[in-house]
Amino acid sequence: MIRSILMGTALSLSLAPALADEIWVTNEIDDTVSVIDARTLEVKATYPTGERPRGITFSKDFKRLYICASDSDAVQVMDPDTGQILHDLPSGEDPEQFVLAPDDRLLYIANEDDAITTVVDTESRTVVTQIDVGVEPEGMGISPDGRIQVTTSETTNMAHWIDTETHKIIANTLVDSRPRHAEFRPDGTELWVSSEIGGTVTVFDTATQAEKGRIGFAITGIQPEKLQPVGMRFSPDGQRVFVALGPANHVAVVNAATLEVERYILVGRRVWHMELSPDQTRLFTTNGVSGDVTVIDLASLEPIATVKVGRFPWGAAARPTPN
Amino acid sequence: MTALRAATAILTREVARFLTQRERFFAALVRPLVWLFVFAAGFRAALGLSIIPPYKTYITYETYIAPGLCGMILLFAGMQSSLSLVNDRESGTMRLMLTAPWPRWFLLGAKLVAGAAVALLQVAAFLAIAAAYGIRFSPAGYLAAIPALVLAGLMLGALGLFLSSRVRQLENFAGVMNFVIFPMFFLSSALYPLWKMQESSPLLAMICRANPFTHAVELVRFALYGQVNLPALGWTVLAGGLFFALAVWGYEPARTRPARGEG
Repeated sequence: MIRSILMGTALSLSLAPALADEIWVTNEIDDTVSVIDARTLEVKATYPTGERPRGITFSKDFKRLYICASDSDAVQVMDPDTGQILHDLPSGEDPEQFVLAPDDRLLYIANEDDAITTVVDTESRTVVTQIDVGVEPEGMGISPDGRIQVTTSETTNMAHWIDTETHKIIANTLVDSRPRHAEFRPDGTELWVSSEIGGTVTVFDTATQAEKGRIGFAITGIQPEKLQPVGMRFSPDGQRVFVALGPANHVAVVNAATLEVERYILVGRRVWHMELSPDQTRLFTTNGVSGDVTVIDLASLEPIATVKVGRFPWGAAARPTPN
Repeated sequence: MTALRAATAILTREVARFLTQRERFFAALVRPLVWLFVFAAGFRAALGLSIIPPYKTYITYETYIAPGLCGMILLFAGMQSSLSLVNDRESGTMRLMLTAPWPRWFLLGAKLVAGAAVALLQVAAFLAIAAAYGIRFSPAGYLAAIPALVLAGLMLGALGLFLSSRVRQLENFAGVMNFVIFPMFFLSSALYPLWKMQESSPLLAMICRANPFTHAVELVRFALYGQVNLPALGWTVLAGGLFFALAVWGYEPARTRPARGEG
């Protein structure tokens, strides 16, 4: 048995090029980020971070990595080439999740404990403003044109629509219990919000903020209360939406046009967030409780491998092959 | 009569017997399908989540037990084939076969190959239904599984042959089924991975590891994922060779002569 594993590993190694795309994953309990080679599917590096790293995203040129170090009350900026923390950004207390504006400059950060969205200028490293939102803000989305930022608040059960020019809330829309994540359709026409306890995903029309539909989930053999949608990702062509179902250990594949669930894909335990590989052929899911990342082939929609990372992987971000 | 004709006759008889007994074909399929649809569905959540080779990611319990159920078919087919030998012995057909002018090992080998061929048909039907249910393997996996299934089928068939040489009457065979099939099936990696067994009892895990049926199942499991499990291959071949040698020994004329008052 060991021999066959070794043979398999040797084969996959021999086929792998020296450089490859990377998936960076924050490990909430280990206070580290793991770097997965997107081709060989092996962890090639692990770097220390501040306490309880959760949200993670790259600058547009992939030269800087932003990490929400929640218990360090900071957003850390890492040089992804060296793994060194360059500096911290002021973030307000307990930053959990954030979103980088399309201008590559402003970071919108959810401060879970203070019911505030903090806007930080990543260049001047100053707080631009703080916006009062509902209780326990978490989900952060921004429209592709950068005009609307949406913060969802877990306890108020609302999506707060913020005008990025005035930094004022222009609308509040109710969703089901404990909204966790907000994701705009790539063309900006729709906003999708997942509700963890409600077990649903609500779809809004961006222009009118009117509800277009609500999606429920059901998997044979799994109790309904375990179906807790959290992270969401649109497929590269925008035709499908992948919804991580938390302790149901499955990712739902939703048809973006009909809002029907097409299938469920088995992944690791308590699947949280997802990221597409830079070549857009694979989806990587962070599985918190099992401490690993499941890789899904987007062509076949089959899980092809699961990679061990640190304890409680939370967020994921992709970086194309470094030059 | 050439050797080929003798072998063909045995094979044709086995396949014909199988095909004409339609209920036998369905019975052979119903057993593993009940396990797949009922047992596995009920126990879906019971299996601890852990990734073990040849798997590279998480799998459902149905996916886990599919190779074990292929093994179950081969095990029952092996026993069924030997059951027919006991029947042949009682009806006198066996005397006819064994008096053919060919070495005993050759005739028994032909019987074994015939039994394995029939078992392979049953497994193919089972895998087709499992695929329709959503448990699929790659085309390469199905292809690689053929030699693994043949080897496993021959090994379990040889075990059946050996047992049939020791059992004189059909009535006694039911006991053999209970004492051989059930322990072999349950004390193997067919239903639960060995690490799970190890957690509850290291002794049971040890017995499972020594069970040739475990190795037959693992050989098939790895093959379905295009991999060769060398230790499983070795143990299956070794056990198959040993059982066949014992069967040839058991069917030596001096030992097959019916006891006074029998046959």
